[in-house]
Amino acid sequence: MTATRSLVDLLESSARRFPGKTAVKVPGGASLTYAELAELSDRLRDRLVHLGVRPGDRVGMRLYKSVDAVATIFGILKAGAAYVPVDAESPAARGAYIHNNCSVRAVVTERSLEGAFVQALSELGATPAILALDTGSSAQPLHDLLTQLEKDDPAPKVASASIAPDDIAYILYTSGSTGTPKGVVLSHRNAASFIDWCSEVFSPSHEDRFSSHAPFHFDLSILDIYVSLKHGATLVLIGEALGKDPLKLAQVISEERISIWYSTPSILSLLANYGKLGRYDYSALRMVFFAGEVFPLPQYRALTKFWSAPRYFNLYGPTETNVCTWYEVPKDGSIDSMATFPIGQICPPNLGMVVDEQNRPVKVGDPGELLVSGPNVMGGYWNLPEQNARAFYVDSDGRKWYRTGDIVVEEPGLGYRYISRRDRMVKRRGYRVELGEIEVALSKHPDIRDAACVAVPDPESGVRVCAFVSCQEGKSLSKIALKGHCAQTLPPYMIPDLFTVLDRLPRTSTDKIDYQTLKASVG
Amino acid sequence: MDNIRETVRRYILDNFLPGEDPANLTDQTELKESGILDSLSTLKLVTFLEETFKVEFEANDLDAGNLSTVESIERLVRSKRS
Repeated sequence: MTATRSLVDLLESSARRFPGKTAVKVPGGASLTYAELAELSDRLRDRLVHLGVRPGDRVGMRLYKSVDAVATIFGILKAGAAYVPVDAESPAARGAYIHNNCSVRAVVTERSLEGAFVQALSELGATPAILALDTGSSAQPLHDLLTQLEKDDPAPKVASASIAPDDIAYILYTSGSTGTPKGVVLSHRNAASFIDWCSEVFSPSHEDRFSSHAPFHFDLSILDIYVSLKHGATLVLIGEALGKDPLKLAQVISEERISIWYSTPSILSLLANYGKLGRYDYSALRMVFFAGEVFPLPQYRALTKFWSAPRYFNLYGPTETNVCTWYEVPKDGSIDSMATFPIGQICPPNLGMVVDEQNRPVKVGDPGELLVSGPNVMGGYWNLPEQNARAFYVDSDGRKWYRTGDIVVEEPGLGYRYISRRDRMVKRRGYRVELGEIEVALSKHPDIRDAACVAVPDPESGVRVCAFVSCQEGKSLSKIALKGHCAQTLPPYMIPDLFTVLDRLPRTSTDKIDYQTLKASVG
Repeated sequence: MDNIRETVRRYILDNFLPGEDPANLTDQTELKESGILDSLSTLKLVTFLEETFKVEFEANDLDAGNLSTVESIERLVRSKRS
């Protein structure tokens, strides 16, 4: 198969080869064939260009998962712009911050979300063009909206923009330690390198049925959407509510005859523990990919009792590199003696290197930070020159390496094994959570004087986030009020599990928060 | 069993709000929007309800409104036992 040149080419090529085949569907809901997806995204492209979107611009998305959301992605890309998806389930203010931060020219959203979001954007002084889908009453909201707009104000048909490999395709925002999310800027080249590697290693076919479990603002979605569409397969969209409901999800995976599943280990554990998987037939399932966090071996064993046939792959990589190492779980029992899965070998043509604090390569078997270089690696963070300087190391040959912040060891024959983090980032349900971002959110409460967060291991959920706060003089806060404050300002996966109110937070002799003491009090 | 509410309240306090003053969790406290019940804690609560009250829920029973307050949870449990 030829190398992917741009994410738009990949859809257009499949639309020529498989025009009448289902490209994307919602179980029990809407679907689009390849020809329909190509046409609908053409119409959105024309509308966006008419609204003033130009190559190099950013266009925001705040949509629940739907076939229209997939068409929206391609409409934006065809206009030569980058899409910036934000979580429809997270507070409006966070999404508005993100869209204002990268100055989106337009936003595609839904009527039910529009009011609060436009309000949050305007509070930041942002006034992008808004396209709001009426998902409540229409069976094909994007089609209907474009048809309506066409009557009132026709948009001339334009050609899709010509896309260069280094043009930005999308910006995915992740948790930032300074309290605000940071935008990871990824080009068509970055995405294509990863997609073509997937083609080579997994050899998917047009007969496959891919799951799309991860939301589109999460980088697992890149494999789902583009590898599926590149090969003329069918992408089965799993919406936000279904994705968290193991009982219903277990049934849908079976009924939809999903053949390639990709998600975080968290949801696989939920399926194994609560999904009653023994009730259904999963004979179509041939590959299971997991990524985003450590998959505890007992949970893996619980799952493979029900799903024994498929091949399992541990895929590793931060958003900044997408997947950059991989490990196929062997079926010969050799994992029985392991405590954790290795993250495995680097994905060619990328390169990996394990270094000490002076950027010197360590001996094989010694722990060090994993650096990654190659076509998967992001250009940088959006508009954050200082963080960009810290994120990269340029070696004496001029090669640019991304610092993952992950401490690993290299084990001959197995590849890398993850050990720990260099900083205060933790993974929850596969999402990156900077404890600093939670602290900043807590500190914004007018009654809170000081806030600190620590993470401790938890056998069931992987990690528990514990928040400690002290209140302003004469004030007190209930745990319910603290949880409620977090629910209004942070995404659901960032809300701490445990709150403790203290008169004052413990401090070290140098007057820094004493995290060790806090950790000991809950560990 | 008449103290369904109390049993549910106690379970939520012990498991999802450790250390909270029990007086702050009323029968009408909003559980979902306030962040007290997320997707995982909801599953745990449902498993607890099924085992404690010997009821079995269908997937549709667990839609948003039925688990929004202690009061509505009691209503749901009673409807399953009758």
